[in-house]
Amino acid sequence: MKSVAMGQYYAAESPIHRLDARTKVVLAILYIVLSFVCTNVLSFALLLVSGIFVILMSCVPIKIVLRALKPIIIIIIITAFINIFMTTGESLLFEWKFIKIYKEGLFNAAFMAVRIIIMIIGASIFLTYTTTPIDLTDAIERLLLPLKKIRVPVHEFAMMMTIALRFIPTLVDETDKIMSAQKARGVDFESGGLIKKAKALIPILIPLFVSSFRRADELATAMESRCYHGGNGRTKMTVTHLRAADLFAFFLMTALGASIVIFNILNIGYTM
Amino acid sequence: MNPFIEVENLSFVYEDESDKIPALHNVNLKINAGEYVAVIGRNGSGKSTFAKLLNMIHEPSCGKIIVDGCDITDKNISDEELFDIRRRVGMVFQNPDNQLVATIVEDDVAFGPENLGLPSDEIRRRVDGALKTVGMENFSRHEPARLSGGQKQRIAIAGIIAMLPECIIFDESTAMLDPIGRRDIVSMMEKLNREMGITVITITHYMNEAVRADRVIVFNNGEVVADGTPDEIYSNKKLITDAGLDLPQCAALAQELRKNGIELDGACITPDKCAEAILRALSKKEVRDE
Repeated sequence: MKSVAMGQYYAAESPIHRLDARTKVVLAILYIVLSFVCTNVLSFALLLVSGIFVILMSCVPIKIVLRALKPIIIIIIITAFINIFMTTGESLLFEWKFIKIYKEGLFNAAFMAVRIIIMIIGASIFLTYTTTPIDLTDAIERLLLPLKKIRVPVHEFAMMMTIALRFIPTLVDETDKIMSAQKARGVDFESGGLIKKAKALIPILIPLFVSSFRRADELATAMESRCYHGGNGRTKMTVTHLRAADLFAFFLMTALGASIVIFNILNIGYTM
Repeated sequence: MNPFIEVENLSFVYEDESDKIPALHNVNLKINAGEYVAVIGRNGSGKSTFAKLLNMIHEPSCGKIIVDGCDITDKNISDEELFDIRRRVGMVFQNPDNQLVATIVEDDVAFGPENLGLPSDEIRRRVDGALKTVGMENFSRHEPARLSGGQKQRIAIAGIIAMLPECIIFDESTAMLDPIGRRDIVSMMEKLNREMGITVITITHYMNEAVRADRVIVFNNGEVVADGTPDEIYSNKKLITDAGLDLPQCAALAQELRKNGIELDGACITPDKCAEAILRALSKKEVRDE
């Protein structure tokens, strides 16, 4: 149950964990943007090395970080293949009937793969592994606060996220209970093909939906009687402030960005 | 002294029901500040509806509710006044799962004070104080989903206490708990009332809980059928059975003993009082036998 409510959060005491969640959201975005700025071997290498450095600093085992890549391996492979076979260039390496592979194609494939890997590493090491979902929600609310001026319901979205996170374990429990109750009545969840199994889920989903609506209604009543009236005039118990470490992190990220731009201009190695 | 809550000719009809039988009909009540009141009645007697009217979660069909001089049924009541009433009259509900909002205990307790727009350090102080009052200070960083029903309910109470209410309504707050959790919450109610001077209104169908209150109000078919001390209410067997309720176990025992010719004095509604009365009857009997 914990794994659901806490997401993939990896509890540890590290400089990355201690950064303000807002800083981490911005750093993750910057890091991903930088992967699109890179155009040559050297800048990609620098970005990858700095990513590994951050992973080491965060105390999250490399093995766990690589686990985040598992679901998208297939996407990486497909992207790489498309790049290998579709890119045309000058130096032809291999030709067989209609298949032509150029050196540029190989490089582009490698770059795209690294780009996707960097995106995943950036999002997971700065956000999911080192920030609790609730801190993340708070950070997003505070970062998006300016959008309130153009009537984006920022607070409401954040509240919805919080409540969703709060109720995941409750609903998982409830699903278990309903499943046991239906099993006791003789519903068979295990046997049969895909369609039969999917059909067997209906007697679980319907009671779950009905009870969720009842829960939502009761929760709304409880929130109202605790004086909830939207985000206006609401304060927070814990207000985090940016510290020196956050500023230093921004400085490092800027330095990284600057070096990547310089490497791009220097044009060392193959350029995309 | 003016009563804290004054209810005049209160009626309520659920609009979505076709038969239009009023859930409450012409209720008149006064509840003083600092009282510990139990509201009892069978299912559908209107006791829960009554509770939800007291902080304007439902709007009455007709009648008036005056809380500390402020008519909360007034159509022109401002939002600020309404929030102030909801702060002063807190409510703890039946299902502990469906009233906790946050994923961490202390964040949930902070929810009410945050809505009131208090400064951060004041919220922190109130949250710590409230958790201490309910004896959950060691659980402040826990996830509510991993606590027992009684513990969750204590967190819900802390969430109300943190708003510094003058009155707390418990809407069948013990109904979904195990016996230990129930005992915890009832002693919490007593503590809030006796030590902190908070007016407690508990809606319950457990008679053993009602006997611990200062005053018992009996609802039946949407009307108040009796209002008095637990002694008065539970001595009247006809009243209790007509309202579809059971006597508390010791009162039933006393009744049976009396039927068999044993003279018991007093109302015998709590185990202690009942035991004392039986002891007195026994010693009287010994004296007579000699």
